[in-house]
Amino acid sequence: MARVVVDVMLKPEILDPQGQAVQRALPRLGFTGIADVRQGKRFELELEGPVDDAVLARIREAAETFLANTVIEDFTVRVEEEAK
Amino acid sequence: MTTRVGVVTFPGSLDDRDARRAVRLAGAEPVALWHRDKDLHQVDAVVLPGGFSYGDYLRCGAISRFSPVMDTVIEQAKLGMPVLGICNGFQVLCESHLLPGALTRNDSLHFICRDQKLRIENNGTAWTRDYAVGQEIVVPLKNGEGRFVADERVLDELEAEGRVVARYLDVNPNGSYRDIAGITNAAGNVVGLMPHPEHAVEPLTGPTTEGLGFFTSVLKQLVNA
Repeated sequence: MARVVVDVMLKPEILDPQGQAVQRALPRLGFTGIADVRQGKRFELELEGPVDDAVLARIREAAETFLANTVIEDFTVRVEEEAK
Repeated sequence: MTTRVGVVTFPGSLDDRDARRAVRLAGAEPVALWHRDKDLHQVDAVVLPGGFSYGDYLRCGAISRFSPVMDTVIEQAKLGMPVLGICNGFQVLCESHLLPGALTRNDSLHFICRDQKLRIENNGTAWTRDYAVGQEIVVPLKNGEGRFVADERVLDELEAEGRVVARYLDVNPNGSYRDIAGITNAAGNVVGLMPHPEHAVEPLTGPTTEGLGFFTSVLKQLVNA
């Protein structure tokens, strides 16, 4: 069993008004020194079996076609842990 | 034979009834289509209505785009069938890659609901031939994620090919690049529009009746075809 994490972020050139709103709220709460905030999505995929290159390739395909909209978003895929 | 215009209902669609009503007022026969049914029931054109299909989960339109009915809509759109996506329908068309770009969160972060002035920029599409180029119309607009974005190359291409169908006038309500309210594909049969012409077809309920032209346009297009 393995967990694969797909992180999806808006591309740097796409305005992230949610991240901006969070950034503006931080100093009001006393959290200073934060220059920029970008908000994204994290998908945790629990696999039924072990992870190998073929499985990862399929997950990248899922990320590319479905989990992310590559017109506006970038994604990364990584194996987080090998559970016993 | 009466022209049949299908209106797809996804789980979470809101404006499917208004769209069917607009189709009827324009003189065509509205046909309700169901998201799980691949069969388009011999319709001549399809409207993807506004709403919050699949709760806008993942991204607006991202899950609807893979529904069984969309397999057929995408296939037929590529063969030239007129398809109009309004609001959430526009998002579905972008997610389907039938139209370029994407629709993102309004720059203000607020859900905007207002009567919006638009300028028709292209009357060569299947859905705009009853308008004049430069004609100004007022129809309702209501969206939280209506900000049209695309990279500079795509925007320049859309402008150069005259594929901007409508632009926001006076106010840009959501931060859309280049005030874009609607675009078309290269063939002119697929149109995506963020504001709601189907809510401006009767004096009793709309700010104007200037939205009806989208629905009468497609009728004329199909009759002359």
